[in-house]
Amino acid sequence: MVASALSIFGIVVLIAYELVVRSQLAWSKFGFSFFSSTYQDSFTRLPIYWDPVNGHFSALPFLYGTLVSSFLALLIAVPLAIGLAVFLTEMCPRGLRAPLAFITELLAAIPSVIYGLWAVFVLVPLLREHTNPWLIRLLGWTGFFGDDNPTGLGFVAAGVILAIMILPIISSLTREVMTAVPISQREAVLALGATRWEMIRMGVLRNARIGIVGAVILGLGRALGETMAVTMVIGNSPEIHRSLLANGSTMASVIANEFAEASGDLHLSALMEIGLALFAVTIVVNAFARLLVWAVTRGAPAQVH
Amino acid sequence: MRARMRTLTDGAATGLAVLSTILVVAPLVAIFIYLIYKGASSLNWAFFTRNPVPVGEMGGGMANAIVGSAILLAVASLIGVPVGISGGVFLAEYGRGTKLANAIRFTADVLNGVPSIVMGIAAYSLVVVPQGHFSAFSGGVALGIMMIPTVCRTTEEMLLMVPNAVREAALALGVPRWRSVLAITVRTASAGIITGCMLAFARVAGETAPLIFTAFGNVGWSGKLSEPIAALPLQIYVYALSPYDEWHRLAWAGALVLIVLIVLAVSLVRYVTSRGVLKGAS
Repeated sequence: MVASALSIFGIVVLIAYELVVRSQLAWSKFGFSFFSSTYQDSFTRLPIYWDPVNGHFSALPFLYGTLVSSFLALLIAVPLAIGLAVFLTEMCPRGLRAPLAFITELLAAIPSVIYGLWAVFVLVPLLREHTNPWLIRLLGWTGFFGDDNPTGLGFVAAGVILAIMILPIISSLTREVMTAVPISQREAVLALGATRWEMIRMGVLRNARIGIVGAVILGLGRALGETMAVTMVIGNSPEIHRSLLANGSTMASVIANEFAEASGDLHLSALMEIGLALFAVTIVVNAFARLLVWAVTRGAPAQVH
Repeated sequence: MRARMRTLTDGAATGLAVLSTILVVAPLVAIFIYLIYKGASSLNWAFFTRNPVPVGEMGGGMANAIVGSAILLAVASLIGVPVGISGGVFLAEYGRGTKLANAIRFTADVLNGVPSIVMGIAAYSLVVVPQGHFSAFSGGVALGIMMIPTVCRTTEEMLLMVPNAVREAALALGVPRWRSVLAITVRTASAGIITGCMLAFARVAGETAPLIFTAFGNVGWSGKLSEPIAALPLQIYVYALSPYDEWHRLAWAGALVLIVLIVLAVSLVRYVTSRGVLKGAS
């Protein structure tokens, strides 16, 4: 049993080892510039980043795509998730609590590919026909919503589907840390004559804030590595555009798209290095988030979620 | 005046919380109902009994993908379940409170958050590269590794729900530690542990990313572990991005089959945990 338990360490070490070894080729060729360099097309003078045929590999557009789509997802998901958690822990009638918690739990278990399927056939047409024209008209002047991509795919679509996917985890963890705040805290604030919102703000959210930050970061960790749904709606082009409606690509999506048919060792090694970066980032993000959540819930009894 | 402001703020905050709940739950329920509606109208008997047909022909099903998924999941469970359960038993029974157990629990949680595509790359370099070709076995390994942390943590949580009095009663009768653990505690929590395994099973059943470059997919039957094999989520992915209506229909049907599996698993876990591990106790 100790061996089984220790195998969990073993798995982490093994994955790290394999990824490091197999990305050696790309690492020795590009070094750190793998994550920053750009190349220039000799005819069009446009920047190119990822050209397996000519051996140009730069992970810059994928870093950009991952960050932008995850940030958009957090922007949409965090306020809603916290609102939901506040409602469920502090305001919800008892009879409604269990079904709502069950629904969010269920949605956390739906596979990524099914969200992707839904996004391709419902979300993307919706964005294309209604939301995007509206965004372009209203906010086009900022430059973030260009009208040169009529497909409806792109960062916004990826951000929205990611937000839907990370909502359940953020909200269930927020709920967990909020439940861990002792009742006496709430009672103390109420006894001073606070309204319910003041009680929530001063008694609950303030005490749980570290854990909530942890929950949000955990959601970020999920968003960074989410693969299938994003791959299906982001448009998959290794370019950097200012417009959020443009096609893009994330670290996970480029691996999903190109790994099985990589053209040559260097291409494969470059994809491995992206995988290694993704692994390292998600490990750090998750560890940090878990520590924060743990700092709040330490005293509370274990919960199944 | 001030009191009025405070009441107003309170009302506004309540309103916002309710609004965000509606904004979250309504679309999520909509997704769910849409999936069920689309899936149910696309599902038919042929889906379970026939293999994919070439483009342009009507009909066909995903029989090979369903069998393929079953084979992959069997391999995954053979790896993930024993290791996960015994790891969980260690955490809950032997290592409780120790530094080692805390470190393992922490690592398991972190491993749970590692993107599935990275697991796919790991399985690719561990199995596919040495073997020299894509195979069902490598897909099973990828899914199996993903099951370990989930099974381990749910097993631990279920064991922690067993009241200490049960352990003490066994030890007071002079039962050796290993026997009390295996025959008393694990047995008491067995329903919970089994549903925990089902949950992990249902989660990896829908995983697509780690299969793209391990199991790879296959349009026909494949009975061998050393050959590429079809899998339900992989087939859904391919069909969803194809331009053919008939394939879209099959993708929806496949999604419904996966969803049913997952709803069953989640409800079972919910039922077992809400009832408590031990009837009447705790």
